[in-house]
Amino acid sequence: MSSRLINWFKFSSPTTFYPLAGKISWVAAIIAIALIGYGLYMSFFVAPTDYKQGEGYRIIFVHVPASWMSMFIYVIMAGWAALGLVFNTRLSMMMAQALAPTGAMFAFLSLWTGSFWGKPMWGTWWVWDARITSELILLFLYLGYMALRSAIDDPRRADRASGILLLVGVVNVPIIYFSVKWWNTLHQGSTIKLNEESTMDDTMLTAMLIMTLGFWAYSIAVAMARVRTVILERERSSTWVRELVNEGR
Amino acid sequence: MLETLFWIIRRDLTIALRRRADIFTTLIFFVIVVSLFPLGIGPELETLRLIAPGVVWVGALLASMLALEQIFSADHRDGTLEQMLLSPQPVSVLVVGKVLAHWLVSGVPLVLIAPLLGLQYDLSWEALQALIISLLLGTPTLSLIGAIGAALTLGLRSGGVLLALLVLPLYIPVLIFGAGAVEATVSGLGGQAHLSMLGAILVASLVLAPLAVTAALRVAED
Repeated sequence: MSSRLINWFKFSSPTTFYPLAGKISWVAAIIAIALIGYGLYMSFFVAPTDYKQGEGYRIIFVHVPASWMSMFIYVIMAGWAALGLVFNTRLSMMMAQALAPTGAMFAFLSLWTGSFWGKPMWGTWWVWDARITSELILLFLYLGYMALRSAIDDPRRADRASGILLLVGVVNVPIIYFSVKWWNTLHQGSTIKLNEESTMDDTMLTAMLIMTLGFWAYSIAVAMARVRTVILERERSSTWVRELVNEGR
Repeated sequence: MLETLFWIIRRDLTIALRRRADIFTTLIFFVIVVSLFPLGIGPELETLRLIAPGVVWVGALLASMLALEQIFSADHRDGTLEQMLLSPQPVSVLVVGKVLAHWLVSGVPLVLIAPLLGLQYDLSWEALQALIISLLLGTPTLSLIGAIGAALTLGLRSGGVLLALLVLPLYIPVLIFGAGAVEATVSGLGGQAHLSMLGAILVASLVLAPLAVTAALRVAED
């Protein structure tokens, strides 16, 4: 029996990763549709009405998972950037590049749904509270990363410069995460706790977790689809891409 | 190593003193921006006292950003930077020296002129003290964080605008605690906690920023 069951480095080359990414993208897309569909059904029809906030609270089923994803994707991108800077792997930088628009979208979605929730609950669209402000900074960081990438023509330099920026910006993520604890402002504390009973109804919690998993699957699907186009674009002068295009696939 | 540090600071200061106009541009920009607010908002002293910390701090932020591009760009253009990177001296020492020199040229004048602007806004003596201390602690951090952005955008076409986009989000914590220190002093709470945070941010960026700048410079000079 072979001592190496899986050759991890096989898929670190864009050539071998390209078809795999296509398969992962399809599977993740189907899972995402199923989970988000079921999650939305649960959050709109199954989960009980909140005794204090009425029906308006239901926006948290999108808001909270979107906020989690926006922070999580940034950390993942920084991780890919670190990997790429240390090992000089091209694919990890492409992954970071492919994730950025999705992360920015989730950060925007989080702010947007948050302000929709804030209007009926707090009576205002926007508050300069610590968590909201730091989430806004996160959106700016995503935009800055994408702007820096597109401003540098040489792809290798773009990879490494934007990778450094990602690593610098990652200090913001713990600030967002702990902001509700450090500053006691309008944004409420977290209701879901890892080490104790959460202060939420079980069906609500399940619906929210299903939505989170659905968003995960969506992010994977979109990132994989996008990394394929990134690979094609950046490897356009290589033979395998030319053959692929000639075959018309 | 210390010798290198002093040498690089002296060199940059000499260059800056030979081109005094650059220093004054930053300073005058600061004074003008801060002086524009009373004209736009109205001269009620009550309101002015309320907005003074934020206005002075935002002005300092923008002014120190204005000078950022100069940290590396001239040396990058004439090839000096490349020679510095090739020299046997540790690059982070060169970076710290250049950033320190930049702060002495662009940050310290802001700190010195700030009390005068604070008087325009009718700040009390305690508030002025808090303003000076917070600027003293905060502006070096601005130079350090800004140097990262300056190194990342070195030699790019739209460098200046991009620099603002990259650096301003990272400046926000400094702004919050800097203006917060003055505000807390004005409202009688005491700015000690905010100043401690500013000091902590300064120490952290003094340790981490030179690493990022070094890496970014190596990328730019590749």
